[in-house]
Amino acid sequence: MIRETSAASKIFDLTLIIVLVAISLLCILPIWYTLMVSLSQKSAAAAGIVSVWPKGFNLNSYQQIMKDAMFFNSFWVSVQRVGLGAVISFAVTVLMAYPLSKSTKDFRLRNVLMWVLVFMMLFSGGLIPLYQTVKAYGLIDSVWVLVLSGGLPMFNVILVMNFFRNLPKELEESAFVDGAGPWYTLIKLIIPLSVPVLATVTLFSIVGHWNEFFSGLVFMTKPDNYPLQTYIQQMVVQMDLTSISNDPEALKRLNELSNQTLNAAKIFIAMIPILVIYPFLQRFFVHGITLGSVKE
Amino acid sequence: MNNKGFAKHYYFMLLPGYVWLIMFSIVPMFGVLIAFQDYQPVRGVFRSEWIGLENFEYMFALNDSKMIFFNTIFIALMKMAAHLIVPVIFALMLNELRAAIFKRWVQTIVYLPHFLSWVILSGIIMDVFSFTGPVNNMLSIFHMDPILFMGKPELFPYLVVGSDVWKEFGFNTIIYLAALTGINPSLYEAAALDGANRWHRLRHITVPGIAPTALLLLILSLGNVLNAGFDQIFNLYNPLVYSTGDIIDTWVYREGLLKLQYGLATSVGLLKSVVGFILITLSYYLANRFTNYRIF
Repeated sequence: MIRETSAASKIFDLTLIIVLVAISLLCILPIWYTLMVSLSQKSAAAAGIVSVWPKGFNLNSYQQIMKDAMFFNSFWVSVQRVGLGAVISFAVTVLMAYPLSKSTKDFRLRNVLMWVLVFMMLFSGGLIPLYQTVKAYGLIDSVWVLVLSGGLPMFNVILVMNFFRNLPKELEESAFVDGAGPWYTLIKLIIPLSVPVLATVTLFSIVGHWNEFFSGLVFMTKPDNYPLQTYIQQMVVQMDLTSISNDPEALKRLNELSNQTLNAAKIFIAMIPILVIYPFLQRFFVHGITLGSVKE
Repeated sequence: MNNKGFAKHYYFMLLPGYVWLIMFSIVPMFGVLIAFQDYQPVRGVFRSEWIGLENFEYMFALNDSKMIFFNTIFIALMKMAAHLIVPVIFALMLNELRAAIFKRWVQTIVYLPHFLSWVILSGIIMDVFSFTGPVNNMLSIFHMDPILFMGKPELFPYLVVGSDVWKEFGFNTIIYLAALTGINPSLYEAAALDGANRWHRLRHITVPGIAPTALLLLILSLGNVLNAGFDQIFNLYNPLVYSTGDIIDTWVYREGLLKLQYGLATSVGLLKSVVGFILITLSYYLANRFTNYRIF
């Protein structure tokens, strides 16, 4: 360890700490502010006098949300979607990554299938053809469209596949010699060895499904079927867009009229699941991103 | 080895994934045919009139299309530059920090916005930048008139780039921090023995150490020249800022799904897909050529 004791170096260290504290505050304060607005009085929020602490602390907004059946409905749609989405993408990712991690010697069509996958990852038909297809399947307004319309999680497949390839070949070969088939080897040997990378991709797909709003907006015709993010997009964010003319004054009036404290409370509740799994996320993602990278 | 019989199990494992791929990626691909049709939903793809490249000609004649292509590329290029510079500087700052616990705190805070959705964050941003929000309150301390940030076309692209950097810079440093741990510590010790001070070591060991990673990320980001970030802009923009904030994806959504110009919107989406595909393929080729990077 190198020790620098010069005065210039100490001043530099101090400046660095101040700058980093400022940057951290910049990241956390907007989120903190939203929580404070949600806990403040309506009039204080509208007047813009809420700062680091709530003005006129109360829980009215949260009580109001408790009575909002539509909010809970959307929350439930999101929970269903995250549950189904995480399980299905886990199963499909593992089942695809394993055969594709084989060499062409063991699995002749491996490269062809891989190229199809990569081409489909890079090229898409676009929004409208997807909409027409989903409509033709009769999946409009079904929770399955939320789970499936995003398509196969190809990045996860590639990440897990690269991880599988870096496992020692000898382990698998000795399992085969002992008479284990591919299914048994995958479930009893490969999956237990790959917990970190599998946890990473599963957490990513949970976050992805929780955060996604657009398929809810496009494929759901009834607001009852909106997932939570779509509900918030429509009830909180979009409110500022649709109801205004090209008139700055109208935009300003709308800012004042909208129920800021209630909206802030809704936004904060939608953040809670992410904040809850964040510690787990942090444990895995730093490692997970580099886990599946190609080593030569 | 008698692994010959395994191939049929491998196909069986791949089946669910490829069914998903066919249903939601490959079938919609045929829908791009409507880009070459005067598409009428009641007639469907098979009975709509074929009009060749008329949709594309019409698209290039539109004033909108010049605007949306320019806005898309302008915002995307600014994002590419910002996402290259800011995370590198931040990673270097974290690297110079000696207090490990403080470093972990900073990291925990700055990674968080990455995991929140644009729906949530735009709700927060609109609050913070609103007419009576904290940013305008700060301006009033310096006796400046409040600014209607969300309704100013001349500010909007910078607001988009700035908020995107705010959301992603922390997360984007992870890969640089990984590269920094790969630098051999004995280089620093040898340099210190030879009389190199802190600045010399940063300039001649640390920066060259992460330069290949920065180059790789720059090359890979080339594929995003037409991706200005749909989720973000869709949630932040309003008709007042269409002139500088409307991008290809938001335009396709409005013209296609809201105004039901399926043929026209699909042709714009197709053009974007083709150009994007070429750019990504090129960037992967360059990445492989210059940095030996492979995705699989």
